[in-house]
Amino acid sequence: MDINTQIVNDLIGAKVGFVTTVPCKQLAGVIDVVEAHPDILHVPSNKEDEGMGLCAGAWMGGTRSAIIMQNTAIGVTINALATLIQYYRMPLPMLISYRGELGEPVACQVEMAVHTKALLAQLNIPTYHFHHEADVGELPRILEYTYMCNKPVAVLMDATFWKGY
Amino acid sequence: MIRYEMLQNILPVIRDQLVVCNIGIPSQELFALDDQPSNFYMLGTMGLASSIGLGLALVQDKKVVVIDGDGSVLTNLGTLPTIGNNPRGNYVLLIVDNGSYGSTGDQPTYAGKKTSLAEVARACGCDRVVECSAEDTRAALEDALAGDEMTVIVSKCESGNKKMPVITMDPVTIRDRFMKTVAG
Repeated sequence: MDINTQIVNDLIGAKVGFVTTVPCKQLAGVIDVVEAHPDILHVPSNKEDEGMGLCAGAWMGGTRSAIIMQNTAIGVTINALATLIQYYRMPLPMLISYRGELGEPVACQVEMAVHTKALLAQLNIPTYHFHHEADVGELPRILEYTYMCNKPVAVLMDATFWKGY
Repeated sequence: MIRYEMLQNILPVIRDQLVVCNIGIPSQELFALDDQPSNFYMLGTMGLASSIGLGLALVQDKKVVVIDGDGSVLTNLGTLPTIGNNPRGNYVLLIVDNGSYGSTGDQPTYAGKKTSLAEVARACGCDRVVECSAEDTRAALEDALAGDEMTVIVSKCESGNKKMPVITMDPVTIRDRFMKTVAG
């Protein structure tokens, strides 16, 4: 099974029924699978904080939600994470393409990569880093953990995990 | 007519609806006028009321009324294409357009100058957009709730606020009782 299908199957397995996405080149495949899957309502958002609002609403409506975005979005969403998702104690799996790591061709991506883990740590957001393809095997447990603790949880997936650009 | 008076007018219409209310004085006014478990008050995160309400409307069938502001919609202008492209008949976005950032000292917004949020919403793909006076807002809202077409109402109010205490209810309490109302 390809990695994109496996990720989406794990979301389905965790009863996630609403997914919002903001594109990244590395996420193109998983976004295609999300869009095509009949058990997921896919609502693309224009900015990641908007997407977190959508996810908050869907979850309060009784449907588990998730956001798929690039790590640059951490710079956009700190307020939404702190004053919406965390303040109201909402679960939110964040599947994040981790640009700016080994193999990155675009120098500017490194500028947010160097802040990504520090910002997540500052926000006390549980963070997992997928580097090898086999790391995806932890995703079901990470999703279970997210809904156990009602917190935003970050999964960073780097270029090695995606097998390049 | 300022927002507070308009809210007083629409209270009987929204009392039994799921309401997502904008941050700051709008939520404080609604809380003071008629606190209900069916109200979700935003205590932070300016701009996201319309997005939260849309997510809620898309996954369940009860009507959702979002009370937003012109300043907050301008903050999250990307919300309008998302709403326009994902229409759901149970979603009503009521934009209180008083041309000012009411919670921060009534600084003017661009919506009170050259920018028409009704025209922006139409251009973004929202098919049913109603611009009305504050006085006519109740009728517009009743009309929207009676129908089954997603509606954006732009309610032209005067700038001004009623001085209200800050909401001190715990956010988890607000969210928990709201979710129980949604599920009930």
